[in-house]
Amino acid sequence: MEAEIALTVDGTRRSLSVDTRTTVLDALREHLGATSPKKGCDHGQCGACTVLVDGRRVTTCLSLAVAHDGAEITTAEGMADGRELHPMQRSFLDHDGFQCGYCTPGQVCSAVGMLAEAEAGWPSAVTDDLTAPVELDEAEIRERMSGNLCRCGAYSNIVAAIRENVR
Amino acid sequence: MRVSPRNSPAFGTEAAAVETGGTSLAAVAPAETAPAEVAPERLGASRERLDGPAKVTGTAPYAYEHPVEEPAYLHPVQATIARGRVTSIDTGAAEAVPGVLAVLTHTNAPRLADTEDAELAVLQSDAVAFRGQFVAAVVAETPESARHAADLVRVGYGEQPHEVELGPEGGTPAARTDHGDLEAAMASAAVVLDRTYTTPMQHNNPMEPHTTIAQWTADGLTLHESTQGVYSVRSVVAPVFGLDPEQVQVFAPHVGGGFGSKGLPHAPLVLTALAAQRSGGRPVKFAVTRQQMFALTGHRTPTSQRIRLAADDRGRLSAIGHDALEHTARIKEFSEGSSTASGIMYAAPNRRITQRLVPRDVPVTSWMRAPGHCPGMHVLETAMDEMAQACGVDPVEFRIRNEPELDPLSGKPFSSRNLVACLREGARRFDWQRRDPAAGVRREGDWLVGTGVAASTYPTHVFPGSSARIRYEGGRYAVFIGAADLGTGAWTALAQIAAEALEVPFEVVDPHIGSTEFPTATVAGGSTGITSWGSAIVQAATSFRDQYGTQPPEGAEAEGATQPNPDAERFSMHAFGAQFAEVRVHADTGEIRVPRMLGVFAAGRIVNARTARSQLIGGMTMGLSMALHEHSVLDSRFGHVVNHDFAGYHIAAHADVDSIEAAWIDEHDPHVNPMGTKGIGEIGIVGAAAAVGNAAYHATGVRVRDLPLTPEKFLR
Amino acid sequence: MIPFDYRRATDAEAAVDLVHGHPGATFLGGGTNLVDRMKLGVSEPEMLVDVSRLPYDTVEPLPGGGVRIGSAVPNSDLAAHPLIREQYPVLSQALLAGASGQLRNLATTGGNLLQRTRCVYFQDVTTPCNKREPGSGCSARGGYTRQHAILGASQACVATHPSDMAVALAMLDATVQVQGPDGSRKIPVAELHRLPGDEPERDTVLGQADLITAVDLPELAMATRSTYRKVRDRASYAFALVSVAAALDVADGTVRQARIAFGGLAHKPWRAARAEETLRGAPATEEAFRAAAEAELAEATPLADNAFKVPMSRNTLVSVLRDLA
Repeated sequence: MEAEIALTVDGTRRSLSVDTRTTVLDALREHLGATSPKKGCDHGQCGACTVLVDGRRVTTCLSLAVAHDGAEITTAEGMADGRELHPMQRSFLDHDGFQCGYCTPGQVCSAVGMLAEAEAGWPSAVTDDLTAPVELDEAEIRERMSGNLCRCGAYSNIVAAIRENVR
Repeated sequence: MRVSPRNSPAFGTEAAAVETGGTSLAAVAPAETAPAEVAPERLGASRERLDGPAKVTGTAPYAYEHPVEEPAYLHPVQATIARGRVTSIDTGAAEAVPGVLAVLTHTNAPRLADTEDAELAVLQSDAVAFRGQFVAAVVAETPESARHAADLVRVGYGEQPHEVELGPEGGTPAARTDHGDLEAAMASAAVVLDRTYTTPMQHNNPMEPHTTIAQWTADGLTLHESTQGVYSVRSVVAPVFGLDPEQVQVFAPHVGGGFGSKGLPHAPLVLTALAAQRSGGRPVKFAVTRQQMFALTGHRTPTSQRIRLAADDRGRLSAIGHDALEHTARIKEFSEGSSTASGIMYAAPNRRITQRLVPRDVPVTSWMRAPGHCPGMHVLETAMDEMAQACGVDPVEFRIRNEPELDPLSGKPFSSRNLVACLREGARRFDWQRRDPAAGVRREGDWLVGTGVAASTYPTHVFPGSSARIRYEGGRYAVFIGAADLGTGAWTALAQIAAEALEVPFEVVDPHIGSTEFPTATVAGGSTGITSWGSAIVQAATSFRDQYGTQPPEGAEAEGATQPNPDAERFSMHAFGAQFAEVRVHADTGEIRVPRMLGVFAAGRIVNARTARSQLIGGMTMGLSMALHEHSVLDSRFGHVVNHDFAGYHIAAHADVDSIEAAWIDEHDPHVNPMGTKGIGEIGIVGAAAAVGNAAYHATGVRVRDLPLTPEKFLR
Repeated sequence: MIPFDYRRATDAEAAVDLVHGHPGATFLGGGTNLVDRMKLGVSEPEMLVDVSRLPYDTVEPLPGGGVRIGSAVPNSDLAAHPLIREQYPVLSQALLAGASGQLRNLATTGGNLLQRTRCVYFQDVTTPCNKREPGSGCSARGGYTRQHAILGASQACVATHPSDMAVALAMLDATVQVQGPDGSRKIPVAELHRLPGDEPERDTVLGQADLITAVDLPELAMATRSTYRKVRDRASYAFALVSVAAALDVADGTVRQARIAFGGLAHKPWRAARAEETLRGAPATEEAFRAAAEAELAEATPLADNAFKVPMSRNTLVSVLRDLA
């Protein structure tokens, strides 16, 4: 069954007709040609499809597009301002925080979303004192980024890249 | 200036210069070998990836993302028996689904020209050789309708008994090497060890699934393929479809990891190309699902390996026995050669190395990072740790004490061998001398703490058959070669090699890779990519300068190909390394953490310090993942891997990976190839899991001989 | 995935009516488990009624004490909520131990409770499974059972409930507010999930058209020092092998009250009533904690691959209580 929806992707409002079965990820990749979010597992088990929806980091493979009518989506492509990279992307380059690059847009989006969560004072599974202000040390970053798998094993470089962006 | 050991095999105690990844390498005297040379002074610089901006924004197009007009989508139907025949297929309900263009089965699929490779003989007969094999496929207007229709295909089977389990015995001999008398040495030695170890079935699981876009035109077949070698695809696929090689165009500018599983074409590619013959000329897209990857894109065999070691009372080995057992798919024989590395690692006058293969009704085995060496060195280096303990010798010293002067297998000198330097340097950095040898005695809070070491090695090969073209235009040098970058940094390293060979700034070189439009390149596998392609580029650059000098005319072009290496017959060529790990095991729960890993490698010339460090760390991280997590669970009743996704088949996540450092000896080997490179794609994983396991033993006193090191194995 | 109709509900009554009138209908929340199952062919709803935009997205103190959590509150917001972090740390910790940051941003309170087992055979439609297809048989028995139940299982099903949050809620004596075709009602979380018995296809006591609208936490002083400990194969982003939610009220070295629930051991969050009873009035010592754990685990019936869960859950509980005492 088809449904008419609109998504704002990287600042541009796009109207499209989707099958109710179409996920946000497939709507982006197959309907809108926005291939920055990647399909690594299609079941919420790898994080490669992570984008920011209304500012929050989410996987898109388990979200139905029809249920996200009207959503504002920022992909890693949209984070860069033309040729000017987002500071997080610049740090990933500086620290070689990737190899094959397939998980990378998801890692970047997740990192940006994660920093906002920490800024808001959200604790994590490794936060000792749930009521104290969050200090983003390496253990905190690793725990908070664990939803983004990287088979090339760039984790240590990714953590170094993210640390550059911790205020 | 620091000068590394060179020109002669570096044995034993010689101190070697060491560089940490990320810093530039010391200058070294030029090489002296034919056929072409590149002055190595500037190789080794730390270069940002040329493909980096496209990767961090997600705009680098991977195979499935290539824009095509009016694509159709494929979804396959997989066998639900492990062995037997398809007796009936009802495609009626599937064909009735709106948007379905075709349903392919063995009864109606186009015939292939060559079905000799049974893995690729897709839908050519009713035979089912493993569970998960393709038995039908739907092509439809949308991915949703293709998947839905595939679910509606009803397949009847005539099931036959199957067997998928690998026991400790059986198998047909695949290889055997005998030196001296192993049994006699075992019978007379002061200290002996005889243990059997297992490693589980593992899956490569690159983050990008195997994907294909196939389209037939009047000129032949066009493939956008997730592959480690566009020419490997062409050469395998062309005869299967009865085409001339030139009729198959393959594009793969960016590849989302492969680790061997994209080294050779698998069944999904053939299925997609078959389906594209029934799509009315439309391109057909197929992305293998993560679950399907566990049956269709290769895996590492489980192994059962017996190690026998004999030593005198001073810890000098007199015998090494290594008997490896692997499974292989009944329809396609493949052997990792798990016992191979035991031929060259340590001195011992008596040696027996065997390899046996057990045919089973399993999916096709294939390359996975450091085939053979990864599982084989894991058990050899675990056994070496046990033997060091039994001999009362420090495990670093034990390995040094058994360092061979010549390759024990061939009797040839090593072109360079710096294992001892790696062990010594690693021990220094890891503060090894303060290590208390007793196992299971250190506790920090709830955690038992230990450290471990293991050696690493990987052979140095150059594949013949690559060529490169260099063209000068507008003040820039374009370098064309059909190579692949699956995360290795090839885009950047090849530009560095070309700049070096042409003696021009890196910034004026434009590499062009990942297409059969460019000259032939061998597969990105066996840690041969940079070595083979780079050799061709050096040759092309030499030819270019010979023809045009330093003031080339606009449009000047030259080609060069990998040349035979006369030294290849004279020397035994291998990279070596030493892996160190610290492990903590929770005293109550058995949870295991690895706070620290260090690898020190001697792998010849490093081309790009930044990406090399990443590759070595990446290999070590995969080794950590192998140690702690990876295990494809083959259910013997059904015949398939039941934990077939990332929730069931764990790979290391961010939180599992703490400090991992890689460093390298500044090793100059004039014999291996014009650049002096040895290849670094695989050595990082070799021995990493053994170092972790040995550290876990040191922490707990519990020796785990069956991977992975899951918490229950340390529970008390 | 079969084609389905999609409706967005405007209020709870309308949502319940839509589902009640359609045997193939079900509610859609964050989708993180339902869409997952639909892709696998494990769940094949003909109509989805989207309740994710219903106004159940707040966490409020209850007038008589305690806290009401709207069923649409995302797991991440709930874990970070000051009331929860301060008064029910076990719940924050349990939520934060589950899934990943980006999944917790999608997953809802109601959906988390109603997620289904990750038993590999349940999720694989090519193998028999009594939960997915009643009467077809249990493939886990005789198969790969590392993640499976050691308590309360039946011949028909040995699956475990995958939620961390539910374990904390069971320990806290939370109740769910349910809107059904016949009006609203309350169900203790400890009674929401069922043991499999001979009807493993039923995870909970809810009917098809019952909609969880809220979860109420009772006022509980001892909860301020409660904790959640999860043991898993990876350091993060993995389902529990064993988990423990616990709170301990100790005075003068004697346990006045203990509250304990296990995760990863059974078809439902396992409230450890025997262990709690054993500890009541007992000295707060390691020996007593061990005795309590052993009392609870005395009737454990491990399968081929999960015998380790007995010592692992015992040790984990002892270690948690030691830390709380």
